Amino acid sequence: MSPLGPSSGRRPDGAAFVIAAILAAAGTVLIAEGARIPARGGYAGVGPGDIPVLVGWGLVALALWHVVAGLRGGRGPGRVRQDAVAILWITGGLVLQNLLLWQAGFAIASGIVFAFTAAAFGRRNFAVSLPAGILLALLVYGIFDRLLKLNLPAGPLETLVFGG
Amino acid sequence: MNTFDFLLQGLAVALDPAILLYALIGVTIGTAVGVLPGIGPALTVALLLPVTYGLDPAGSLVMFAGIYYGGMYGGSTTSILLNTPGESASIVTAIEGNRMARAGRGGAALATAAIGSFVAGLLATLALAFLAPHIVKLALVFGPREYFALMVLAFVTVSAAFGDSAMKGLTSLFVGLALALIGIDGLTGQARLSYGVPQLLDGIEVTTLAVAMFAIGEALFVAANRVGADEKVHAIRGSVAMTAQDWARSWKPWLRGTAIGFPIGAMPAGGADIASFLSYGTERKLTRHPEEFGNGAIEGVAGPEAANNAAAAGTLVPLLTLGLPTTATAAIMLAGFQQFGLQPGPLLFATAPKLVWGLIASLLIANIMLLVLNLPLIRLWVKLLTIPRPWLYGGILLFATLGTIGVNPSRAELAMLMIFGVMGYLMRLHGYPIAPVVVGLILGPMAEQQLRRALAIAQGDWTTLVSTPLSAGLIGLAVLALAVPMLLRMRGRGAVLAQVAKDDD
Repeated sequence: MSPLGPSSGRRPDGAAFVIAAILAAAGTVLIAEGARIPARGGYAGVGPGDIPVLVGWGLVALALWHVVAGLRGGRGPGRVRQDAVAILWITGGLVLQNLLLWQAGFAIASGIVFAFTAAAFGRRNFAVSLPAGILLALLVYGIFDRLLKLNLPAGPLETLVFGG
Repeated sequence: MNTFDFLLQGLAVALDPAILLYALIGVTIGTAVGVLPGIGPALTVALLLPVTYGLDPAGSLVMFAGIYYGGMYGGSTTSILLNTPGESASIVTAIEGNRMARAGRGGAALATAAIGSFVAGLLATLALAFLAPHIVKLALVFGPREYFALMVLAFVTVSAAFGDSAMKGLTSLFVGLALALIGIDGLTGQARLSYGVPQLLDGIEVTTLAVAMFAIGEALFVAANRVGADEKVHAIRGSVAMTAQDWARSWKPWLRGTAIGFPIGAMPAGGADIASFLSYGTERKLTRHPEEFGNGAIEGVAGPEAANNAAAAGTLVPLLTLGLPTTATAAIMLAGFQQFGLQPGPLLFATAPKLVWGLIASLLIANIMLLVLNLPLIRLWVKLLTIPRPWLYGGILLFATLGTIGVNPSRAELAMLMIFGVMGYLMRLHGYPIAPVVVGLILGPMAEQQLRRALAIAQGDWTTLVSTPLSAGLIGLAVLALAVPMLLRMRGRGAVLAQVAKDDD
């Protein structure tokens, strides 16, 4: 964001302030954590607590920079409208996988991730995408768990196909 | 023994059938991910890292390097036929390459890209072999303060020197540095920022962060923006071959691209995308056909494609000789070395010469494999572009979670994967680069250790950091790399820098 560059309007940039607040909060956490750690600098004079303080102040400085940039406003290209439903599909699939993984097994849980991601990209026909995802996940399970000795959680499906 | 003997010894290692197989797998996967838009070499190596825990270290590293090289080859295909770069180092290739494809000269564009990549890869790998022992000797005089200065320089060039905003790059870097602090301090064993949570005590896994930000973040971004949904693949008309005139116009750009790409990759001065961009600019200035630039000039494909391959080889110089990653892919490869208990650096050349030279020799062989994979078999790869996007991204996400499930199976780690994914999406949305986060996470603890060691040696005297000409020079370069681009941006010359930067390498 070049302050003297071509600017489309001088509206303050809201996003910059939100980001500034997050950076300042993270910086404060780091500084507080650094202060909590007993000073054991030894010969260096710089101990395990001092680097978090340093990085913390760096974050605070960046937060201030964001505030200044936000006040100057004038963003570059306007942001494209975001498809919130697509994001919910993908994150929803990941959450479901996390919840189901140790009960339903790798194939079913990962098949859900596959089908939900496909749904985010417009393919909402679960009668096709879910079996396709589970089949792909079963194949991956066969290769990585059985051949490459990666330990993937097995559920009823895996036991059925590959044995116990 | 001189370099030549070492290289011969390395060739003996590289010609082992098992290593050849690893190299072949690496370059095949690398070409595939290079061709597919949305996944780059950094992500692929991160995805495969957990899978290789149980495999042979030498073979796995050869495979990773093969993926890196292959990604550089494959990226051009997408640029030329689809106008969507498969990875960011091929953005420039899309400018002229796609025009050539539209004009029915896609075959010549693909050929010059593949042969140029081969020439550059071969020369740059040889340069790597002959340069590495000298850098290793130089590195022996490096103390903690020189390493720290070198890392500061790498931090600046990765985050702030290129891109549309130093503020955003530095923010990404500091997010990475902050995440790196979570866990146990390497020097004193002090727990930091972990609040008693056992998963946090272990620190943030580089692979979890990289996979989340590159794969999940990218998938969220593409899905939410519906970008590129209506792009059309240009069929290859005619044969993938070059006319005598194409050869005449290509060979100089190949050599110039190599000469530009290798040093840029070798110095901590940014990755392959910068090299390809500079090469494009050079060819544009030197061409005898200026009217063709913008309408499909073959020089604009030959030069950048050679440059990005040469830069990929160059990146291995600081990685192998100093243990210093200068791109996201190199950072993840460093994590790969560490996974096998190997620390790249001058010592590695003494303790594991077979592995290092075997790796370098394998790259020469991988280059030949890639030429075969990319010239006669190119039509096969183009078929990959016809995979519908819902299936492609569904598969990417399935594989993204596979590594975490296989190696760190816990609800907390999977939740972290999703949270970092959303974070990667938000950063992309607001134009913050991803690579500095990954580099900060892996290089942060190393920089901290070197800093504290340097200060311990000097008994707390901070001026020690600039007390030798070498360290002062490196810090000075870092300051310049931060200040000059900022001045350029303030004077309205930022457009050039903005085009160079991308979130992946």
